[in-house]
Order: sequence, then structure tokens, then C-alpha cells
Amino acid sequence: MTNFGKVISVIEEIIQILILLIIIATAIMAVSFKDLLAAVISLAATSLLLSLEFYILQAPDVAIAEAGIGAALTTAIFILAIKGTVRREEL
Amino acid sequence: MMSKIVRTITNILYSSILIFGFYIIMHGHLTPGGGFQGGAVVASGIALVLIAYGYDTVKSWMKKSNLSVLESIGALGFIGIAFLGIGTTFFYNFLANSGGLFGDPTVIGINPGNLDTSGVLPLMNWAVGLKVLAGLGSVVLLMAYGIRKGDEE
Repeated sequence: MTNFGKVISVIEEIIQILILLIIIATAIMAVSFKDLLAAVISLAATSLLLSLEFYILQAPDVAIAEAGIGAALTTAIFILAIKGTVRREEL
Repeated sequence: MMSKIVRTITNILYSSILIFGFYIIMHGHLTPGGGFQGGAVVASGIALVLIAYGYDTVKSWMKKSNLSVLESIGALGFIGIAFLGIGTTFFYNFLANSGGLFGDPTVIGINPGNLDTSGVLPLMNWAVGLKVLAGLGSVVLLMAYGIRKGDEE
């Protein structure tokens, strides 16, 4: 492997670790928020970053499905559900 | 009904999302994606309009019964195309390399992609895409309908 290829693979690995760390952070945020709309947006961010990770792992097919279903449709359904109920979680 | 900002962005993005979804369905046999992914993208466009404008405005544009008809057409088309090849086997690709509709011979090697190849696969992608977009669209539509009903009570 050339020197240039090594640099590229190291950069790719760093990007993957960063994305995974942000996924964990947004997932923890989605659980801990008391404002349910913010929690839903965090869940959408988790899905979007997960689809980015799928794309980096050479699975664009799964990435499109994850972005369509996980980031768009479930968010829409959750927002509709929040509109129908209350926005703040009760302690 | 959401704010004016959301509605303006929806007006700009709606057609692009729909066209991108239909592009994914159309190019299912050449590029990543296919019927399911494209249908999900189109359904997310429907969900965007539903969130931005509210159920009462949207319900005159797309009826739930129309979506049910579309979903049934998708399922029947898929099974029908599968049965059309039953002279050889179920799901036989009778259109491939036949020279007719989607019948060009497949190009070997790196190429820009010929849309007119691979026989019944594009037709099945369209059937699956119709079914998925109608199914997921009616899921979101029913969710909005149920919530509006809950508001009235």
C-alpha cells in the first residue's frame, strides 16, 4: 500500500470513530431529553448518522433505506404523535 | 398546519424529493436502491407535505382509498408479472435479451448504464415501488387522521 493510501485509510477510520461517537451521544440525548420533540430530533440525527456510516461501509442500498425510513418517516410519525399528545414528558 | 417557514421549504423541496424517489425506482436495476428504497423516499415526501400542511388540507389532494387502490395495483402487478413467466418457471425473466421492452442485451464491464435492459426487473421495481409508497403513505395519512379525530373528542 502506498503512503497516500495509508493516510486515506487512517482518515477514514478517524471519521468512522467520530461518527460512531456522535451516534452514541445523540442516542443518549434521545433517551435523556424531557422535551419529546427534542428527543425525536435527536433520534432522527442518530438515524441520519447511521445511514452515513452505512454509506462509508460501502452499503449505499441500506443507507437509502435507513435515511428514508429511519430519518424521515419515523420522525414524521413521532411528530404527529406528539401533536396528538403532550410535548413534555412528565416526571 | 406548521409555520410559514416550513411551508415555504416544503413547497421548494416537495417536487425534488418526489422526482428523486421516482428516479431511484426507475434506476433500480442499475444503481443502488430499488422499489422499496424509492417508495420510502416518495412516502417521506408525502409525510413532509402532511406535516407541513396538516391533514385537513392534504385530505382533498390524496384520498386514502386511492392509495389503497394503488397498493393493490402494485401487489397484483408484482404477482401478475411473476405469473406471466410461468411457461418456464414462476418469476421467469421472459423479457430479458428478447429485444422488446427492456430487452436489450446486458452490457459487460464498466459502462454508463443502459436503462433498457434486464427484462421484468424494472417492471417489478415499479410494482414494489407503487406498493411501498402507497402503503407507507397511507400509514402516515392514517396516523394524521387518527390524531385529528382525537382532537375532536
